[in-house]
Amino acid sequence: MSFQLRYSQYNERSILIEWPADINENILQDVLVFKEVIENNYPKQSVEVISSYSSILVICIIAIDNVNDRILDLKKLYSIQRDVKKTNSKTFRIPVCYDEEFAMDLDDFSKVKNLSKDTVVRLHSETIYTVYFIGFLPGFLYLGGLNSTLHLDRKITPNLKVKKGAVGIGGQQTGIYPQDSPGGWHIIGNSPIDLFNPKQHPPCFIKAGDHIKFDPISKSEYQNIKSEVNNLNFDFKTLELHD
Amino acid sequence: MIKVLKAGFYSTIQDQGRFGYLSYGVPLSGAMDAYSSQFANALVGNAKNAGIIEMTMTGVDLLFLKATTIAITGANMRPKLNGKPVVMFKSIIVNVNDMLTFGKLTNGFRTYLAVKGGVLSEMVLGSRSMLKGITDNFRIQKGDYLEMSNASNVIIPKNAKLKFDNLYLDEDTLEVMKGPEFDKLTTYQQNMLVSSTFQVSKYNNRMAYQLEPLVHNDLESILTSPVLPGTVQLTPSGQLIVLMRDCQTTGGYPRVLQLTEKSINILSQKTTGNYLNIRLND
Repeated sequence: MSFQLRYSQYNERSILIEWPADINENILQDVLVFKEVIENNYPKQSVEVISSYSSILVICIIAIDNVNDRILDLKKLYSIQRDVKKTNSKTFRIPVCYDEEFAMDLDDFSKVKNLSKDTVVRLHSETIYTVYFIGFLPGFLYLGGLNSTLHLDRKITPNLKVKKGAVGIGGQQTGIYPQDSPGGWHIIGNSPIDLFNPKQHPPCFIKAGDHIKFDPISKSEYQNIKSEVNNLNFDFKTLELHD
Repeated sequence: MIKVLKAGFYSTIQDQGRFGYLSYGVPLSGAMDAYSSQFANALVGNAKNAGIIEMTMTGVDLLFLKATTIAITGANMRPKLNGKPVVMFKSIIVNVNDMLTFGKLTNGFRTYLAVKGGVLSEMVLGSRSMLKGITDNFRIQKGDYLEMSNASNVIIPKNAKLKFDNLYLDEDTLEVMKGPEFDKLTTYQQNMLVSSTFQVSKYNNRMAYQLEPLVHNDLESILTSPVLPGTVQLTPSGQLIVLMRDCQTTGGYPRVLQLTEKSINILSQKTTGNYLNIRLND
């Protein structure tokens, strides 16, 4: 599928490329394939690309001499990218403990939604989510696919400190806080997995285009995984799901 | 090695930032005033990406445990070596047990100290720029020992040819380009943005500078999209937020303007209450 894209200068060294503003997997695939094509076309040290739902930003390390020429180059790249295969995506199982020790808002959440806690957990953990991109905080995954039964506006008063690993729901989104942070989402669980570790390469084992599935675990399983993660002997490969 | 006797209000080690990890949500970081930091490095013969010390509002007090050459640029915090005033924007020879101190800020807001060979702090994801959640230490603290290069203290030629444009420290006009959502504003809002005088609010730091007063706004939020340092966001309540070097990589507020690289450096030297004009580059 080919889209009508809009190209514009963002600053002295960046060009913004926009797809129709929408959240869907067709746009995501096209965004990610084009991102990869651009990354493969320029030396790694000279160009960097950020993607989001429906746009990418091409950032050059030095100022672009002739922006119009660069935009023409990019348009040409987009027109020949048909040959590129789909980016290879992986699916990961993300263990989450929904115990009340971590799920400080699960009680209120299930009451407001008029659902049992078990139903909330089941609906949240049966979906396979798509990772659209990483932003907001290092390692924060923007996930698509939350069951509409679980949509709920953010809290009016944000928490000043949401714990690292907290799994929350805000509006139509769900996500995992990769570090302690203020936040306005309803917290319904916690994952012992380190989603971001600056000392690892790559620092986040999940990338845009991958899929994840939440896997409910007990408190004791949580403690076991947490201590393996803390002792740096947790093998992230065991989280990868194969068809 | 250099011993930190006093840390100052907010001092960090910076280089020109962290490239290649934006897709993981890692901020670019890097010296707020890239121009002053690169100039300081040039004065001691360093590559522009060498680690330097960035001081904010008040300076660090340092004890040099090894002879070296240093240079101080950016805001004037009245630097003194062993109690005697020293020049800025020139290389200075420092001997073992010399003490560098700073006094009252007289212009600008951020001062840079380059050391020959660079400050050799921890390198994480390709950069020494300190940032919470990325580097173990996210600011310089009293009692820290800063590693420096073992490169011999070669006397470097007088760098009379390097000319620092220090007029820019007093510059109060920010040159901007239209942001991706600029055209969605009404003509009235567009005119207001580029012809009003703004003031730096007390919410200003390495992540963002908020400007006052509010600008009436009825634009909806956008789908979360990429942002960069210098991106000016307009929130639903009409708050203008200028993103700075440690900003996040994506955001959901309309991006109404984009500062030029030079204007990010100019704004980095401003603090609470300073007045600014915005000029649109076509």
